[in-house]
Amino acid sequence: MAALGHFNYWIVVILMMIGFYCVIARGNMVKKMIGLNIFQTSVFILFISAGKIIGGSTPILRKGVELYSNPLPHVLILTAIVVGVATTAVGLALAMRIKEAYGTIEDDLIHDDEPAAEDEGNR
Amino acid sequence: MTLVELMPFSVLVPLIAAPLCALLPGRILPWLLALASAIASTVIAALVLPQAIDGPLSYAFGNWPPPIGIEYRVDSANAFVALLVSGLAVLATLWGRKSVNEELDQPQGVFYSLFLLALAGLMGITLTGDAFNVFVFLEISSLSTYALIAHGPDRRALLASFRYLIMGTVGATFFLIGVGFLYIMTGTLNMADLAERLPEVADTRTVHVALAFIIVGMGLKLAMLPLHLWLPNAYTYAPNFISVFIAGTATKVALYVMIRMIYTVFGADYSYAVLPLTAVFLALALAGMFIGAWTAIFQANLKRMLAWSSISQVGYMLLGLALGTVAGLTATFLHLFNHALIKAALFMAVGTVAWRVGSVRIEAFRGLGRQMPWTMTAFALAGLSIIGIPTTAGFISKWYLILAAMDAGQPWLVALIVISSLMAVVYVWRVIEAAWFQSRPADAETVREAPLSLLVPLWLMVGLNFWFGLDTRLPVAGATAAAEALFGPTGVTP
Repeated sequence: MAALGHFNYWIVVILMMIGFYCVIARGNMVKKMIGLNIFQTSVFILFISAGKIIGGSTPILRKGVELYSNPLPHVLILTAIVVGVATTAVGLALAMRIKEAYGTIEDDLIHDDEPAAEDEGNR
Repeated sequence: MTLVELMPFSVLVPLIAAPLCALLPGRILPWLLALASAIASTVIAALVLPQAIDGPLSYAFGNWPPPIGIEYRVDSANAFVALLVSGLAVLATLWGRKSVNEELDQPQGVFYSLFLLALAGLMGITLTGDAFNVFVFLEISSLSTYALIAHGPDRRALLASFRYLIMGTVGATFFLIGVGFLYIMTGTLNMADLAERLPEVADTRTVHVALAFIIVGMGLKLAMLPLHLWLPNAYTYAPNFISVFIAGTATKVALYVMIRMIYTVFGADYSYAVLPLTAVFLALALAGMFIGAWTAIFQANLKRMLAWSSISQVGYMLLGLALGTVAGLTATFLHLFNHALIKAALFMAVGTVAWRVGSVRIEAFRGLGRQMPWTMTAFALAGLSIIGIPTTAGFISKWYLILAAMDAGQPWLVALIVISSLMAVVYVWRVIEAAWFQSRPADAETVREAPLSLLVPLWLMVGLNFWFGLDTRLPVAGATAAAEALFGPTGVTP
């Protein structure tokens, strides 16, 4: 039962590993971005779970409520979500440009396309 | 307006100027605005430094007293780094106009706007006293840097940028996890407050893991050896102006964050006892010094050579950190400052050649010594500085590093520092040999010396290398004050 009591944190660990594996193991750049998103989401859940106080109410000031959950992690994560969305946007924009320039977003195929000898400086 | 109220403006000026810059048409106006904001930022940082050496300045945003609100807390350590970052941004911008004009055809408002965002992010990381705020600024600077690198003229810039984005985001998220654990244990995000509350819960696994996450996350950002994979391509394919700027600043700021977390938040005694930091940093520093320098020797693309040389130089900075003494940390800060000057000068020299000749391959440098004497002499002089010849800035930081190693009772490190410096001789010599001792290929077109608008900032940068090699008051006083501020007034060694 003690293990179940940390249910949220188990989910965090599982999501984090799924996301991280996806970032490392997948060659497709969109899949890498998806992995990165899952990885970041797990951290969001970690913060949010930490803000919950057992028996605590929603942090809106009102009569008859003594115990509130901690609202600060929500605010932090709101910021982190914005950062995550911006990262995804930049990453997907780059993936589109790579598709235009190389015709593919598969990491493996791009490697074959690019022999080291053809390293023509900067332009 | 007092100095404390003025201090946040070294972040706010570039941050506010960035969206304005995106709206400006053409090429010259955005550049002027970027230059003006960088200069304003530098002036403020320069005014703040002497005050910060006397005692920390604290500014509470929105008048919420810390630890509730976000605090900008500036002591000698971050005032020193802030002056370096903003000053380097000014020189890079001065040099960059012609280089950017040549690499980017379109109107440059957005480009300089991204540059200003990157600058604001780096300044914000440096000045803030709030751990979560560090993460936010880290992402502001990183995201704009990814976009800037993708502006590179080669299509491989896109790949380099994408890989940097993946690794950089993982690094920043690791940092966020670490900060999250600290928040869970202490309920605060303010660094000074964290330092006060951590000892109570110091012996929990959560706090140990937080430290490990933060070190690995920042290690990714500062290209500590096994985590350096993003760096060579990012520096190689970025527009030359951006290579100059990020080579001098981005890794340095990440290193500063790592030092700040280890020394101020966790405390040196604690960090070095809980994790085997001395052994880890020592091994990674030495591996970085040698693998970086060794790989640099074999690069045909000179920007890539300089990038690998950067990995090697990050090794020296980590070495000072590994010693875990005030002398070692002073050497780290000195090298952080001096290496920024050296590497910016070298990238400017290579970028100047790229502007004129259109290539950064070593073959393109053959016989250039006679055709572009000023540029190549500047490269050679900056090269002397990276090797560490006396009278250059590079010598000063290596000298302090050697003293720190002797002081820590590890004289064998001196031999390794000298050997890896000799490897630097090899990679610098290859370029000098090509430029002066080989003749220009018959089919190569004759090139003229670069225009003054590129040469003057380049020589200014090279001049600074010699200035700070001869008159060491500013960097040594700054670095010593920084190290002492981090160790606390007593300066106890762990």
